[in-house]
Amino acid sequence: MASALLNFLILFPLAVALVIVLVRKGSLFPLVIYPASAVLIGASCLLVGLSAGGKPILIPAHFGWVEPVMLAVEGVVSAYLLFLALKQRDWAVSALVVIQSILLFGFHFGTGHSAHAGANLFFDLFSVVMGLIVGIVGTLIAVFSVGYMRDLHKHSGDHAGHAIPDNRPVFFGIIFLFLSAMFGVCFSNNLLWLFFFWEITTVCSFLMIRYKMDDISVKNAFWALRWNLLGGLAFLLGIIYLYHTQHTIELDKLLSLPKALVMLPLALISFAGLTKSAQLPFSSWLVGAMVAPTPVSALLHSSTMVKAGVYIVLRFAASLEGTLLGMVIALVGLVTFLIGSFICISQNDAKKVLAYSTIANLGLIILCAGIGTYEAVWAGILLIVFHAVSKGLLFLCVGSIEHKLGSRQIEDMSGLVIRLPRLAFMLEIGIAGMFLAPFGMLISKWAVLRAIVDYNPLFAIFLIYGSAATLFFWVKWLGKIINVEKPYTNIETGISRSQWIPMGALTGLTLLICALFAPFAVVFIDPYIVALYGHSMSLGAGNMAIMTIMLSMIGFFPLAFLNYGRGVKVSPPYLAGANVGELGQQFRDSMGGVKAMHMKNFYMENYFSEARLMRLGVLVTVVFLIAMIAIGGM
Amino acid sequence: MGMLSRSPWVIHYDGSSCNGCDIEVLAALMPRFDVERFGVVNTGNPKHADILLLTGSINEQNKPVVLNIYNQMPEPKVVLAVGICATSGGIFRECYNVLGGVDKVLPVDVYVPGCAVRPESIIDAVVKGVGILEEKRAAFKAAGKA
Amino acid sequence: MSWFSGIAYILFAPFLGGIIAGLDRKISARLQGRIGPPLFQPFYDVGKLFQKETLVVRQSQHLYMEFFFVLMVFSGAIFFSGGDLLLVIFAFTMAGVFFALGGYKASSPYSFIGAQREVLQMMSYEPAVLLAAVGMYMVTGSFQVAKIIEYPHPLIAQLPGLFLAFFFILPIKFRKSPFDLATSHHAHQELVKGITTEFSGRTLALIEIAHWYEYVFVLGIGYLFFASNVWFGLLMTLVIFELLLVVDNATARVRWQAMLGSAWVVALVAGGLNIIYLMWMKG
Repeated sequence: MASALLNFLILFPLAVALVIVLVRKGSLFPLVIYPASAVLIGASCLLVGLSAGGKPILIPAHFGWVEPVMLAVEGVVSAYLLFLALKQRDWAVSALVVIQSILLFGFHFGTGHSAHAGANLFFDLFSVVMGLIVGIVGTLIAVFSVGYMRDLHKHSGDHAGHAIPDNRPVFFGIIFLFLSAMFGVCFSNNLLWLFFFWEITTVCSFLMIRYKMDDISVKNAFWALRWNLLGGLAFLLGIIYLYHTQHTIELDKLLSLPKALVMLPLALISFAGLTKSAQLPFSSWLVGAMVAPTPVSALLHSSTMVKAGVYIVLRFAASLEGTLLGMVIALVGLVTFLIGSFICISQNDAKKVLAYSTIANLGLIILCAGIGTYEAVWAGILLIVFHAVSKGLLFLCVGSIEHKLGSRQIEDMSGLVIRLPRLAFMLEIGIAGMFLAPFGMLISKWAVLRAIVDYNPLFAIFLIYGSAATLFFWVKWLGKIINVEKPYTNIETGISRSQWIPMGALTGLTLLICALFAPFAVVFIDPYIVALYGHSMSLGAGNMAIMTIMLSMIGFFPLAFLNYGRGVKVSPPYLAGANVGELGQQFRDSMGGVKAMHMKNFYMENYFSEARLMRLGVLVTVVFLIAMIAIGGM
Repeated sequence: MGMLSRSPWVIHYDGSSCNGCDIEVLAALMPRFDVERFGVVNTGNPKHADILLLTGSINEQNKPVVLNIYNQMPEPKVVLAVGICATSGGIFRECYNVLGGVDKVLPVDVYVPGCAVRPESIIDAVVKGVGILEEKRAAFKAAGKA
Repeated sequence: MSWFSGIAYILFAPFLGGIIAGLDRKISARLQGRIGPPLFQPFYDVGKLFQKETLVVRQSQHLYMEFFFVLMVFSGAIFFSGGDLLLVIFAFTMAGVFFALGGYKASSPYSFIGAQREVLQMMSYEPAVLLAAVGMYMVTGSFQVAKIIEYPHPLIAQLPGLFLAFFFILPIKFRKSPFDLATSHHAHQELVKGITTEFSGRTLALIEIAHWYEYVFVLGIGYLFFASNVWFGLLMTLVIFELLLVVDNATARVRWQAMLGSAWVVALVAGGLNIIYLMWMKG
């Protein structure tokens, strides 16, 4: 049953992708995608029934034909990428593709020919949690993209500038291909399989970033490809080295070997994880990737693909615990969290804020992995779950808002609660989910703080500064949404159901996992932690009770709106007595002219400048990375 | 004594005064007279104020401003016209741009003559204003119940 | 956990806080050579505000402030019933967020800038407060306030740097110079009343009472540094408060750059050194 389900999850999206690409007919997409998504979500939910435990359950099935097929696919993809890279004259990417192919084929036809994994697939609770995220959040985003892409192409025709070529069959095809690859990443035990799926996600990301095919998209796509290929190269080197020294290519063996023997493979594969999850110094690729259509940003660059990077490092957590390597990885994550949070303060572009905050939160998870204690891993897994749901929701909201307002600048979102009330509500839930007690991210941040204080209190100092910055940029965004500068009208029409349903579902999920996170942790996270460490983490029953009380109090906040406008008298804002106009929202200036009031947020570019902070972060983390590889080699 | 009379918060608006009265208003807040002894605070914000304290005469330019400030004060509220200009226009009464005293635009509750007005008179006026405030509150409450 | 003291806080903190506010006005007046208002003046003010009309610009703005009040009471209650210090700080932060959101919602330029500065202030003080919690945990081995109080020696002896950082940000929480950027009790307001500009009547009274709760709660955190002996603790809390008033009357307001920079640097240097010292002591 388990084997069949995992195979189904990997192969079914692949089949859907093929169908979509073959059908190529716009009107038929919903007919294919909606039922397929329903099936996929249903199948993912079955994962819960697998009775997965903390210990990995290996699936010893053998498919002799799979490996040649994978190799062939890798060959074709490499050739295609090489062709594109040469056409673009991107020598770095070309070189990386060539080196990787030589190594991979050399390994397969050379020494690695005899490499066989006892079990290619496996699952444990951690994979199941990842699978649920991919299956539910990922599929919801796929559904969202149907309506979104229709809007995108409708709007792109209006503009005189670059019209986006309508290539939707390929778009949806890649989305489903990507889902298939993500399931592969979560459930592969054979490291070569894992590597294969890993590279497929890289290619998907590349193709999606360049979807709009304008200069900037293509350029950023190659930039992203370069760093991900570099990570892929490190991954491959790690596998080859592992095979040569320990004669295994299996994940469970790697994790059960004595730490000291596998330091270099761990370092190399963690390096790959850092590139994939856009940690400093590689973060710029994820920021550049924001040129892609918003569902892509939601799916690949915040909810799932970048999670593959943290997933693999978090898998190694127990091996990294207490090692120098773990400490360096933790430092990279910490610096990324700090710098990412600081940069968010100076950003006005909503997608860029989300991008940097994604980078920062991934940094937090990497930090947990590097610390590697049971508390940290517990917090890290929770972070993955909460972040995937809330951030996915935020991206989708921003995408829809951008289509309605024609802008995604935060400064243009004044009065959103009046103009787009339902979207604004969902956006508020998403933002609250990101930083406010007692919502998800804060629960996990609390756990992280406790873990880190036990580990090394000096790290806690930087974590605390980063989280203070987090507070600032989220509140000012929230404030901008509810602030009303002038009279607005409701323009919330024409948003398709394919957009509403996923957004509504994600809003519900954000609230649900906040309310039920304690049982969720007991069922899905604790057994995994117990299997790894022998004991698990608890925030304390009293604290849980308090959290629940707080959550229910916040639940009452919408109820307060029953009192809306009761017992109060409306009066214009105080403008030093110079109000004019019926609503008094304008004022007479010193020359007798009438001016409208404007309210702008603080951005503090001089103090939290993107360029300067990035440079600093890159400088620091490059040193750490060199140290990391050196430590692994020792 | 009710709570209102123990905590009269004042907003001070300078119409077109020569600043003589304004200096006296500030003097009343200073250590020598220290009106905070009676709970008087100069808020500078109509939304927090109970007493609108005006100095100087009303002209075309400041008429809408005075009206705006008055309208943005929560009930119950009283208006003090402080200084001779505020009560009648004073020596500026005949100017082409001057409308006259505050009572041309607002219902004034207490008139305080003087050029410039003495701090003792201002304190006296506030105390008188506080009494009227209490009366207005009773009326306001009755109106609210009715 | 002792629920009793939590309930006592809910019931009596406003009285204590109101008297603290009254003392503050009285002592400030004396420092300025004035006689000052009666000790119970804050109660008269709030009593009056309840009798006034409530004006709003946006019809939901007061709802945020009501939640600020509720959360403020709640976080203090967790603190005084001996709960988890980190949880208390998070709840307290959430109260602050609602306060700032109320300012944003009021949609007036003055309250908007006030709200901006309020969030900026929160960003400035949070490191110092959280680091103080971390330091207390390192010494006593627990984040539970109930356990921290039971520690037999005065924490200040081991946490001087963190206490300095905490004292440095106290003016922010008491809305005192030099850090009274968002709103202030005094007349030197270029922002009118900053974040509370558009609040009047009942809502303003609630904000005022919430601030009383806040005073007691923040002084409670200060008390933790001296908690080994109740009388010594109370005395030192009073001394902290006195010092705060002197600082208030002796300084002018600074710009936000100076506030953010100095609060962060003091927390980083004094707090960081203190934490390094603690790590070194533990070996």
